[in-house]
Amino acid sequence: MTRYSRYWTAFRTIFTKELLRFTRIWLQTILPPVITTVLYYIIFGNLIGSRIGEMDGFRYIDFIVPGLILMAVITNSYSNVVSSFFSSKFQRHVEELIISPVPNWVILGGYVAGGVARGVMVGIAVTAVSLFFTDIQVQSYGWTLAVFTLTAILFSLAGFINAVYANSFDDISIIPTFILTPLTYLGGVFYSINMLPPIWQQISLANPILYMVNAFRYGLLGVSDISMGVALGIVFLFIIALTGFSLYLLNRGIGIKS
Amino acid sequence: MNALDISDLRKVYKNGFEALKGIDVSVAEGDFFALLGPNGAGKSTAIGIISSLVNKSSGRVEVFGHDLDRDPEGVKSCIGLVPQEFNFNMWEPIGEIVVNQAGFYGIPRKEAWQRAEESLRQLDLWDKRLQMSRTLSGGMKRRLMIARALVHRPKLLILDEPTAGVDIEIRRSMWEFMSELNRQGTTIILTTHYLEEAESLCRNIAIINQGRIVEHSRMDQLLHQLHTETFVLNLRDRITELPQLQGFELKRLDEQRVEVAVSSGQSINQLFEQLSSQGLGVTSLRNKQNRLEQLFMNMVESARNGALQ
Repeated sequence: MTRYSRYWTAFRTIFTKELLRFTRIWLQTILPPVITTVLYYIIFGNLIGSRIGEMDGFRYIDFIVPGLILMAVITNSYSNVVSSFFSSKFQRHVEELIISPVPNWVILGGYVAGGVARGVMVGIAVTAVSLFFTDIQVQSYGWTLAVFTLTAILFSLAGFINAVYANSFDDISIIPTFILTPLTYLGGVFYSINMLPPIWQQISLANPILYMVNAFRYGLLGVSDISMGVALGIVFLFIIALTGFSLYLLNRGIGIKS
Repeated sequence: MNALDISDLRKVYKNGFEALKGIDVSVAEGDFFALLGPNGAGKSTAIGIISSLVNKSSGRVEVFGHDLDRDPEGVKSCIGLVPQEFNFNMWEPIGEIVVNQAGFYGIPRKEAWQRAEESLRQLDLWDKRLQMSRTLSGGMKRRLMIARALVHRPKLLILDEPTAGVDIEIRRSMWEFMSELNRQGTTIILTTHYLEEAESLCRNIAIINQGRIVEHSRMDQLLHQLHTETFVLNLRDRITELPQLQGFELKRLDEQRVEVAVSSGQSINQLFEQLSSQGLGVTSLRNKQNRLEQLFMNMVESARNGALQ
């Protein structure tokens, strides 16, 4: 057994464990975001959206579809990793991994892959539901899939960092409630930033989620408020920074070793 | 090659508490080794460092020749750990807990299930493999942690109070299991508060107190240091006053029980002869305290007195 085949088995074990964890409780993990999104489509898309008219040349319900799908991906990839890793700290079964000959990058990779799997699974479910309400023609499958996956990776990493620092269940809900949700809602999910006064347009550009939502909207609808090169660059930059920081935390044993 | 070599190991926690003050411990391959000490002495910190759960402040740890700083994966591959507190996922089935642990060591899933079956059968848990771990009794949870620690067939098994809180029947079956593992070649390090457990199972011993090793020797040599053993005698007849014996001092516990200290130079036969000559028959006797317990208490108390002075 070579070193890398050992690592691959360890990675698959962590990933499978994560996959089983959230699929076993699909009523709590997969179904709720689908129901929430259906409500968004009914209320904002059909009931209110028909009175709003067009946005960037699209029906309002079609305009909000990319943002709603990505919002589900962001929330679920983040919450999967934060709750799973924190619970492994809380119940101390993270020690099973610490005492095993698994490199830290494999541990991180396994948890992130689990978060991406849930983000993608929920994203696909939400996309499937959206087909009942809209008639979207995907403009670029490449962009769509790339942004979809990269966003899930980025927020899985963010969830991991949150879990490392969390000492209580309150700590894992503070960031999603007070930072993630406001940033997502203000990240152009429900509106185009071109509608905002210039000062708020500038302020909005400091919100990283704006770039992801717009990049995803470009993939699905072919329109975006910002340049795609900038959007992808920012996403990659965040992924590299968060990966580096997560590995630093694991290597130092912060939050998991005394 | 030794199974474990620790030299000048120190640990200072962030709050300034110095848990280990430069300890040296060696455990030979194939040994059954006891690491004893009172609560807070530094045993769990030492075990935590060996198994990578705690970062050391300084010092060196080698496991089967693998240096913890240079080759942590080599060290981890050799060790199986049964911690003091339950540390498995309470919402996971028992079989999966053991199989996943094997997976973390790079054992493919099919082989992992074969090994899990072997470990779980040995510990009488195979029938419960589909049950959630939280539904197990305390004794079964302890056995699950042993099965999990054995699934990758470690050369060094560290048992941190493995029999705490289990009934005597399970404890005895675990002793037999541990002895058999050791006979098959697994080196075992045991920490326990049941000193009769350490005395009957272990060949070598280290006693740690206040972050320092105060004794590191063979078990039989250590027990030999015990100069006096105290026995409790149950007498056939009631006594109203204590008999006067030459060379032995008796203490009356009640009408039919006396306590007597026998030093290493004395014979217990002399005691019986003198009692018999005074018409006192003894129906049974027992050690007042386990021998190791008596030594352990002497050492801990002398260290405490030294610290007070």
